[in-house]
Amino acid sequence: MTAAATAANAASPPFVDFRHVWLAYEEQDSFAVEDITLSIAAGEFVAIVGPSGCGKSTFMKLATGLKPPTRGEIDVGGARVTRTLKIAGMAFQAPTLLPWRTTLDNVLLPLEIVEPYRSTFKRDRDRYAARAKALLATVGLEGYEDKFPWQLSGGMQQRASICRALVHQPKMLLLDEPFGALDAFTREELWCVLRDLWAAQRFTVVLVTHDLREAVFLADTVYVMSKRPGRILGRRAIDLPRPRDLEVTYTDHFTDLVHEMRERIGMVRKGG
Amino acid sequence: MAGARDRRLEAWAPWIVSAAILVVWQFVCWALDVSEFIFPTPVQIVQSLVQHAGAIAGHAWKTLWTTMAGFAIGVAVGVLLGVIVGSSRFVYNALYPLLVAFNSVPKSAFVPILVVWFGIGTLPAILTAFLICFFPIVVNVATGLATLEPELEDVLRALGATRYDVLTKVGLPRSLPYFFASLKVAITLAFVGTVVSETVASNDGIGYLMMAAASSMRMSLVFAGLFVIGAMAMVMYVFFAVLESRMTGWAHRGQAAAG
Repeated sequence: MTAAATAANAASPPFVDFRHVWLAYEEQDSFAVEDITLSIAAGEFVAIVGPSGCGKSTFMKLATGLKPPTRGEIDVGGARVTRTLKIAGMAFQAPTLLPWRTTLDNVLLPLEIVEPYRSTFKRDRDRYAARAKALLATVGLEGYEDKFPWQLSGGMQQRASICRALVHQPKMLLLDEPFGALDAFTREELWCVLRDLWAAQRFTVVLVTHDLREAVFLADTVYVMSKRPGRILGRRAIDLPRPRDLEVTYTDHFTDLVHEMRERIGMVRKGG
Repeated sequence: MAGARDRRLEAWAPWIVSAAILVVWQFVCWALDVSEFIFPTPVQIVQSLVQHAGAIAGHAWKTLWTTMAGFAIGVAVGVLLGVIVGSSRFVYNALYPLLVAFNSVPKSAFVPILVVWFGIGTLPAILTAFLICFFPIVVNVATGLATLEPELEDVLRALGATRYDVLTKVGLPRSLPYFFASLKVAITLAFVGTVVSETVASNDGIGYLMMAAASSMRMSLVFAGLFVIGAMAMVMYVFFAVLESRMTGWAHRGQAAAG
């Protein structure tokens, strides 16, 4: 898979392309991210790791067009990003589900907003609801469609949140530390949920995390960012064969990869 | 079992306390031989209530609908201002200090001005009720909108949601519990506004009735008026409290789960 992704990277134009991107927030004179150049192939799973406050989340805002870059250029899907994209699904550390909507209605929310579903939402609601239910079933939430978010556990809420990010079949999924608030067992369970969703649908994923094991287990490519101002310090292709099982996290090769990243981040700390 | 009995006692507690206060009141007035012209006893107040039931009902009705009219305007203006103030940081910063300053002015100070503009009667009372009750609604609706999680807004904006989408899908539903909580405060304030205006500048309503009764030293009738206002405000408060729990049960899930 990794080899295939790398080959695709070389052959076809990249899906996401950052060229010397800098960003300064208005209220500060220093840059939040500096000179970011990277490209992501369509269907690639990319993880960005780094110490907290390194501009990982800023990277996500840039990729979706929520923030325009101060300098540099960003292309997504072959077009220059000049305003907010409408092809992205996002999920965060907090599930941010709406407490007055049932799980199903929460998952349907993007379809009420994004075209082409929006204009036909009322007419085709049943069809969309069936689709959302199927999606919920694949993450193990069958039978919880009519429950309200507060009736679900933290892990279940996060599953629903990921379903909401995927229901409109976005080309790109952006995840900002989505499993950061979960306990270790639930987190590993959700790694597998995300792995299976990605394997089935092959959207492009940008996963921002500070969990190195998570990054190595899930991603094709891991980028290491320095602490603020954020720079890309290194790129590491993960050559673990797919499909990956949780068992792989106990192999020596996996441990070596994690260790290698850890050392890079260690250098970041000292260097800063 | 003890829990169930405690809860029953809790439900009855307000009635028991009220009754106790009335009994003590009656007893103190009787023991100290207080004149009816100074401080009437509960029994005298009830007698006067029954005796003047027709007149009191007429004035009470007048006060009630004046209050509801002022309250309705207050809700409309309050929600509108709250949405405007809450959805833009610029407007929030520009208007909020002004609103606070306005709210600090005693509303009874406005009554003479309103009388000059609109004359004696219902209109100044409606406007006073409106002026006194819209502020908590503005503050609560604005707070509900302004405290929207930025992540949630990012999720929606990354889908191409317009500001209007964010407002209708998330902002307004989210601020509903704040809104309904403010209605309970606003309705009692609206009664205050109406009665204040009626005592100064009106020829009917409970406020006028009390003023007229006081000037002829019929203190039991004055107190009867007080009772009626209190009762009306209580009923409206309970009405909006019930409406609140009906409309926004999701925000009070602790109680809902227990009950």
